[in-house]
Amino acid sequence: MMPPAFEYYAPTGVDEVIDLLEKYGDDAKILAGGQSLIPLLKSRITAIPYLISLSGIKDLSYITESSNATRIGAMTVDSDLEYSDTIRKRYPILMDALSKLADPLVRNMGTVGGNISHGDPSNDLPAVMLALKATFVARGRGGNRNIKARDFFIDTFTTALEHDEVLTEISIPVWKEHSGGSYVKFEKGTWNFSVAGSAVQLRLENGAVVEAGIAITSMGPKAMYIPEAEDYLLGKKFHKSVISEAADIVVEKSQPSPDTYGSVEYKKNILKRITMEALENAFRRSGGM
Amino acid sequence: MTGKEVSITINGEKKTAEVEPRMLLVHFIREIAGLTGTHVGCDTTNCGACTVIMDGRAVKSCTILAVQADGKKITTIEGLSRTPGKLHPVQKAFVDKHGLQCGYCTSGMVLTSFWLLNRKKKVSEEDIREAISGNLCRCTGYESIVDSIEEAQRNLEKEGGYTEEEIPVRRGR
Repeated sequence: MMPPAFEYYAPTGVDEVIDLLEKYGDDAKILAGGQSLIPLLKSRITAIPYLISLSGIKDLSYITESSNATRIGAMTVDSDLEYSDTIRKRYPILMDALSKLADPLVRNMGTVGGNISHGDPSNDLPAVMLALKATFVARGRGGNRNIKARDFFIDTFTTALEHDEVLTEISIPVWKEHSGGSYVKFEKGTWNFSVAGSAVQLRLENGAVVEAGIAITSMGPKAMYIPEAEDYLLGKKFHKSVISEAADIVVEKSQPSPDTYGSVEYKKNILKRITMEALENAFRRSGGM
Repeated sequence: MTGKEVSITINGEKKTAEVEPRMLLVHFIREIAGLTGTHVGCDTTNCGACTVIMDGRAVKSCTILAVQADGKKITTIEGLSRTPGKLHPVQKAFVDKHGLQCGYCTSGMVLTSFWLLNRKKKVSEEDIREAISGNLCRCTGYESIVDSIEEAQRNLEKEGGYTEEEIPVRRGR
């Protein structure tokens, strides 16, 4: 299958990308790794007259660590993150997600920035970034703008990025000691979208939760974080009834639609089970059980 | 639409052509380079029959534009063995352990296996099954493919694989 014809640009600087975005408006779209966009073009679900590739820009692929944050260039390939010692040590939740993201060949081409800015509610990294309370850097005509992950996901395929802005960096805070997280996804084969995914990040003091991030995949029009469940967990220690009740709140706030992957009731049952599993993993990894 | 000049080094040989931006890498390989060992199976990024090694990474060439591969180095199944008439240790393992029936998925399976075995020193059965989760086979039921990759690992230990300079494989940072 061939995509509908388009003009292709591969500028070497972000400013040129912004020029092209301004020039072509809604007829233009950014191409990162293309692992979501090219299948959409090939199946002719979408047509884009002007494709602007970021692959010619050299300095958008990096992982740098400082004492309070980890900064990831938007064009960093998923598998570079997956095989990174920094990520493995600092963010087990992200390793969970990366090791189950599509398949290893797709992860060798797909990018972190693309996974996030595509705005697909079934992509895995948005929920993880919501749980980790990451911040995104968008570059536009006027310079850089920081956007909190929690303000970024607006609706299906819609993010807070303005049309002439480019996502350039993902900044994840360092979670202090006695913290840990987990991402659990339920899917029917690597080639399918997930039925549901659940991301949990916790920080404990004396075994009790002092900070929590909880977000879900494929369970609504966008990746959703669940503040009610996060608030519920504050001050709580690990107990079967605590994780069950927190998972009930997550299920209550989810907005799944029935489709070929299952009914609403089925999806909610799956979400309950995987959220309990993610909570248990997060408690264990943060030393709370 | 404006044609774009693209240069891609395939199995050590540079191919330059003016292509439509929408041309997929797999079609550049098959139709312009004339190397038909790389297959198009599903065309929906599921099956991995089109797998090639691009700048050290195993990727699906049906989901990459030829223009995205401009300036890159690619290894296809034809480039794996550098001695005519002699199979690469991974290919030999697939023959010896019956890792194929119809053969359609095989070039992709072999290249993914080559990438896995060069990236990671010692792989478990779980590593193997995970690594080929983006390569579909509709004949074998995978058991003989997993056996083949385990055999390939033994072959590579005995005979040695390619050194990094010959076909580089990216091991992460």
